[in-house]
Amino acid sequence: MRVQEKIIEGLLWLSAAITILVTASIIWVLLSESIQFFSEVSIVRFLTEKEWTPLFADKKFGIMPLVAGTFLTTAIAIAVALPIGLTIAIYLNEYAHARFKTIIKPLLEVLATIPTVVYGFFALTVVTPFLQSFIPGLAGFNALSAGIVMGVMIIPMISSLSEDAISAVPRSLREAAYGMGSTRLQTAFGVMVPAASSGILVSVILAISRAVGETMIVAIAAGQQPRLTLNPLVPIETITTYIVQVSMGDVPHGSLEYRTIFAAGMTLFVFTFLLNNLSFWIKKKYQEKYD
Amino acid sequence: MTNSEKNRLKDKAFQVFGIFCTFIGLVVLAIFLIDIVIEGVGRIDWDFMTSLPSRRAARAGILTAWAGTLWILVLSALIAFPLGIAAGIYLEEYAKKTKLSDFLEINIANLAGVPSIIYGLLGLELFVRFMHLGPVLLVGALTLSLLILPIVIVTTREAIKAVPRTIRDGSFALGASKWQTVWNQVLPASFGGILTGVILALSRAVGEAAPLIVIGALAYVPFVPKSPMDEFTVLPIQIFNWTSRPQAAFLTNAAAAIIVLLLITFLLNGIAVYLRHRQQKKIKW
Repeated sequence: MRVQEKIIEGLLWLSAAITILVTASIIWVLLSESIQFFSEVSIVRFLTEKEWTPLFADKKFGIMPLVAGTFLTTAIAIAVALPIGLTIAIYLNEYAHARFKTIIKPLLEVLATIPTVVYGFFALTVVTPFLQSFIPGLAGFNALSAGIVMGVMIIPMISSLSEDAISAVPRSLREAAYGMGSTRLQTAFGVMVPAASSGILVSVILAISRAVGETMIVAIAAGQQPRLTLNPLVPIETITTYIVQVSMGDVPHGSLEYRTIFAAGMTLFVFTFLLNNLSFWIKKKYQEKYD
Repeated sequence: MTNSEKNRLKDKAFQVFGIFCTFIGLVVLAIFLIDIVIEGVGRIDWDFMTSLPSRRAARAGILTAWAGTLWILVLSALIAFPLGIAAGIYLEEYAKKTKLSDFLEINIANLAGVPSIIYGLLGLELFVRFMHLGPVLLVGALTLSLLILPIVIVTTREAIKAVPRTIRDGSFALGASKWQTVWNQVLPASFGGILTGVILALSRAVGEAAPLIVIGALAYVPFVPKSPMDEFTVLPIQIFNWTSRPQAAFLTNAAAAIIVLLLITFLLNGIAVYLRHRQQKKIKW
């Protein structure tokens, strides 16, 4: 009996420990291939060259164009999702009836359950033609429409996390604001949002991290042309799209071209790792502010 | 206009803006679903569901794609379900508050934030190259299992946490061991919640294309996979492939395939919502 208990506990522990193995494997895979990549291409070239053309005869290995593409689509997505998501959070908390809130929240969550390849289809076949009808210079593949659709996708992420943060603010603060004669709007922006700012910040950072790693929407709708630009109207390429592009072709295993996807993956991993841990840190630091 | 009237006006204006924002996402969603249905529903028929992929849009079907998606669904469930639940049980019921358990916790939170395409790179190197398995169903399912493992663990922990302390104390008082308590009391009481979480995680796995493309899953598979060691494609990859082609007929195919994919996703989410609802109604501590 005793022995059996111990064996079961051991097995359970092993299952939990696998998660550490997964992290270790991810880091090992990215590092080992990236180190081989950087033994052939100097890290200075990687960070300073202004073109990314590893698949051409004249190879350039500057990651900046891919980073710029990723940054551009992410910025557009956040520019869409932050004002809308935060307004929804405030509206549901300060204005809406409790019943309305319980109906609308799961409906908004539906936006987050739709596969991203479906959003990509939407961006390419609906949003881009629509935008082209009044933005004449808009290319068939562009960062703008991919970014907007990605923004719609992450609305529920910002709205629900921010809403949690705002509703965690003690009642007494809200009542004090009303007691001073504030309107709901003044209460929301003068008291509730500042008081919940760390939670709102966490939601935005997690949303950025999600947008940076998003793949299918940008692979379908934003193009495959690495370009060091902040122009949202022309085709660009993100880090994730490049990895997909190489994976679809037949680049031989062990070649320098093959290793570029791990160097790109490493860059992506570093970005999201920093963002995620920044959000954990903020959450931990400001968690017990009102307890 | 007095100051207070101005403030009240601003307040009203924001209320209207709030309603507008709340519905804009849903309106976009509705436009989108209607557009997809109009474009694709005419293309769905028995032939479309049972035909192999083809170079000619009018003859192409999604048999291999949905068969692959079902395979992936079942295999991922078989791998991620026991592993994730076991890890969740350990962290919630067994782990003492040590540095190691803190590390485990932050590690799982980090894994949940790793982009799906990175899991693809992991699967490519670890399973396809290092273990020489090739881009087969089993590798796809293993890769997606690792991807959804953090979600399964987190939801398992939450479901277990909701079981009151008194249930465990009662079981211990009757002389049950730790595992007997977990197996006979805690798991049955939290199973609905765990299942909900697992199904939601699986619905995420079903929609993933990027990691499977990276491990080398094919866009064109002229046969239905018979075993976990067969090469495969899935609906999202088929949709991606058709969407990338210039001919309009393929876009119609893509829209039709999207309808099938969305039906599967919504069905899984519906089951999860139903289970959660039933769980909430049934159990009152």
